[in-house]
Amino acid sequence: MDVNSLAPLLVAVPLASAAVLLLLGRRSDRWGHWLGLLASTAAFVVGALLLVELLGRPADDRSIDVHLFDWISAGRFDLSAGLLVDPLSLTFVLLVTFVGSLIHLYSVAYMAHDAARRRFFAYLNLFIAAMLILVLADSYLLLFVGWEGVGLASYLLIGFWNHHTPYAVAAKKAFVANRIGDLGLLVALMLMFATFGSVDFASVSAGIDGGLASTATLTATGLMLLLAACGKSAQFPLQSWLGDAMAGPTPVSALIHAATMVTAGVYLIVRSAPVFEGAPTAQLVVTIVGAITLVFGAVVGCAKDDIKKALAASTMSQIGYMVLAAGLGPVGYAFAIFHLVTHGFFKAGMFLGAGSVMHGMDDQTDMRRFGGLRRYMVITWVTFGLGWLAILGVPPFSGFWSKDKIIESAFVVPEGAGEWRAWLFGAVALIGAGITAFYMSRLFFMTFHGTKRWTKDADGHEPHPHESPALMTIPMVVLAIGSVGLGFVLQLGGGFTTWLEPVTGHVEHHEPVLPVVVIQVVTLLAVAVGLVLAWRQYASLPVPETAPEGSALTRAARVDLYQDAVNDAVLVEPGRHLTRSLVYGDRTAVDGTFTGLGRLTVGIGELVRRLQTGYARQYAATMLLGLVVLAVVVLAPRI
Amino acid sequence: MTLTNYLVLSGILFSIGAATVLLRRNAIIVFMGVELMLNATNLALVTFSRLHGDLTGQVMAFFVMVVAAAEVVVGLAIIVSIFRTRKSASVDDINLLKS
Amino acid sequence: MTPSTAETVLFWVLAPIMVLAASGLLFARKAVHAALCVITVMISLAFLYVAQEAPFLGVVQVVVYTGAVMMLFLFVLMLVGVDASDSLVETLKGQRWVGWLAALGLGVVLVGVVGRATYPDAVGLAEANAPGNPTGVARIIFGQHVFGLEVVGALLVTAALGALVLTHRQRLKPLVKQPERAAARVAAGARLTPLPAPGVYARHNAMDVPALDPDGNPIDESVPRVLRIRGQEAGTAEYRADTYRRAVTAVLAERGTAVTDGEVDAALGTVEDDPRPAAAPPGTTTGPTADIDLGGGSTRTETER
Repeated sequence: MDVNSLAPLLVAVPLASAAVLLLLGRRSDRWGHWLGLLASTAAFVVGALLLVELLGRPADDRSIDVHLFDWISAGRFDLSAGLLVDPLSLTFVLLVTFVGSLIHLYSVAYMAHDAARRRFFAYLNLFIAAMLILVLADSYLLLFVGWEGVGLASYLLIGFWNHHTPYAVAAKKAFVANRIGDLGLLVALMLMFATFGSVDFASVSAGIDGGLASTATLTATGLMLLLAACGKSAQFPLQSWLGDAMAGPTPVSALIHAATMVTAGVYLIVRSAPVFEGAPTAQLVVTIVGAITLVFGAVVGCAKDDIKKALAASTMSQIGYMVLAAGLGPVGYAFAIFHLVTHGFFKAGMFLGAGSVMHGMDDQTDMRRFGGLRRYMVITWVTFGLGWLAILGVPPFSGFWSKDKIIESAFVVPEGAGEWRAWLFGAVALIGAGITAFYMSRLFFMTFHGTKRWTKDADGHEPHPHESPALMTIPMVVLAIGSVGLGFVLQLGGGFTTWLEPVTGHVEHHEPVLPVVVIQVVTLLAVAVGLVLAWRQYASLPVPETAPEGSALTRAARVDLYQDAVNDAVLVEPGRHLTRSLVYGDRTAVDGTFTGLGRLTVGIGELVRRLQTGYARQYAATMLLGLVVLAVVVLAPRI
Repeated sequence: MTLTNYLVLSGILFSIGAATVLLRRNAIIVFMGVELMLNATNLALVTFSRLHGDLTGQVMAFFVMVVAAAEVVVGLAIIVSIFRTRKSASVDDINLLKS
Repeated sequence: MTPSTAETVLFWVLAPIMVLAASGLLFARKAVHAALCVITVMISLAFLYVAQEAPFLGVVQVVVYTGAVMMLFLFVLMLVGVDASDSLVETLKGQRWVGWLAALGLGVVLVGVVGRATYPDAVGLAEANAPGNPTGVARIIFGQHVFGLEVVGALLVTAALGALVLTHRQRLKPLVKQPERAAARVAAGARLTPLPAPGVYARHNAMDVPALDPDGNPIDESVPRVLRIRGQEAGTAEYRADTYRRAVTAVLAERGTAVTDGEVDAALGTVEDDPRPAAAPPGTTTGPTADIDLGGGSTRTETER
């Protein structure tokens, strides 16, 4: 098979499926979900074929640009739409289509009772197509198309149950927060166009190598790209939408808001490596943003009682790890992507587990109302537990291999920078691992261990937690297997790092400031401390059914560390005032001028109108008077 | 007495006709005022004809009469049709010019 | 050339009359009076035309203005309502002052101009009128102004048509003619024949005597409506024709009874005592004493059938 003919299929198949499902409407209700699943699986098969094709090539020949069509041709600006198939994009393709297919399968059962299941699958396919455009694009502009596409799909899916007003509001919030990021991407696009006269990856990279851009330009571009990444990946300070995005159906949270779409920011940063390489300041900011979000998400995760929101905070924190790694430069790129892949598996698995729990507990999401579920949902408990161990970074689970590498990389002193950076970011990453262990264990114990704290429903019935149907458990099992073994398999002989090398570049091994063994031991210790603390508080001691007031930090963490309030105060309110004053100025100054002119004319008209009575006799009198005056004027000199 | 007397008489009659047009409200009387003005001009024309010894003035007066006849026919038809719809012959009831 | 003394006299007699009559146009309450005033002015003008060596125009003035135009005015006045007097109270604010001012100003200007202008010596029309005034006028009309004349002719035709169109009324209901009326009458079941004149078949043909139908019954509608309303209709009994008596006689003869006047009277006696009331409402005329009961036997007469 030829790469050139296969690659377009990746995008075309899910897109066609989405179009069919949306256009056929209710006629496709009966088989629509199977078509959606089929399209997603077909995309995965195509991705697998491409992988085989790429593996069969030598390492330096693994980047193929598939030309699709001439897109924009305007004067000197000539852009063609093309797909870039290389190890990085193919990694994403496989992650998106594999996890996506599993979640499609899961959704068949999860959404079985929803009247709009067919529409749900149409949106899921739309998302897959848009995400594939995003990762396969060979230019920033086409990437932007996919970027907006996933934003749209995310919006549609968060607000899937939009008859419930808060959900619709959450969808809008996500959309608007993403717009801010999109603005950044647009500005970056313009900067690139102005600097390099082109926006495709190859030309930009060549332009930077050719010294076309100053460091300042690159820094600005890099910061704008970071802003875009922050918007899409829910990084500080644009993270506020992710928690609310949990309003969408759980499979959506698993696929879009945990495994794939939110990692697009990391992809963007890694893809834009040439830009960041030329702008150390921007790179440092990336690292700082990643570190802040890492801690931020972890702290918030400790206080959330809603199982999905706790997982969302965890996602935020884990993506913080990836961004941190991406900010470290070539030394971290591969590990960022590595963690992204493993995280995609175990976080999606845990979200599906959370969905399974909700499925069995009548859509309850408050963890304080769970407890002791391990006996009732064994498969869910086991798969979730494996994911939990993976995210904790317990060897030999997936998370250990990826997260530990990031912590190690954080301890490496970057070239031409002070040693303090290694210590600072290393420490942050290490502490983050400890907090992660605490909040994930808290989540796990509160849900599956301890005493039953179930609530009765409105009719007084006890909930009857039960294991979910096979269609739901199979994907969970598959993802759990991934959580267990994927990391180990991929790191075998540095396989994954080597695979990505054509894109991320080869890096000489740098020794961290501390011996690797010490770092690993300390990390494991921190994880153990977090785990034990969580066990003591949430498994051996009874969990109160209503949240205690808690410390100031807890209260702040419950409301996302006042992020919404800060956004309101810093952005929304000044914006409103600005708008209001602009409107006022427009009304008084601009409109006033024109309405004033109009009023003047009207006023003169009102005065003149009095003369027009409509009575023929008055007109006749006026005419005669005029005639007399005229005659007098004409004849007077003659007399 | 000279021919000027005729012209003065013509002017007076013309002014009275004009005053009628301006001051009366009955459309028919207003119309009669117009006729009076036309007649006054005819008198002036005839007088000038005599003054200059040229019959063209009389011919003009003749034409004025014919046109006046046509004008009366149409004008009265208008008055009748307006009266039919409005049951009034007052010019002040018709101020459609003021929309 | 100066006007003759006779002309001067005529002028000074007519001019005040004309001005007064014209003022009547301004002050007359009734439109008819105003029209009469205008007629006065116009006839006076005709005199002045003749005096001014324009006899043709004088005649035309009488024929066209007083004969046609003013008659048209009077017709329209009658159509609109002769007795509708026009209030002289001014309704438009300031119009009276403006009107007077304009008219006076106009008069002053006109008279001033006419009075102060200098004129050539009057030529007079003796020469131009040598072949006769109508001939002279005709030469000019059909000579230099023949095209104008044609245009004016077209104008007159157009004006006549315009007047027709303007006063035309759209027919809103179908035209009702004799056939429609007849059909309507049959449909309504009303009387189809014309009414008989009063006194037909009666013994008296005065207006107040109702006609009799073949059965000898009075037809009240034959008496003029006015008389009926006034109650001056004559009674019927005394004017009834003899047919009834003859019918009774015939019946008796059929039975073989002696037919003498006395017997007939006796047979009639029973009936005569019960004369039909004269004021029987029209349309309720029943047969003549539906049953002639002559003491058994046949009960029906020929006339009954």
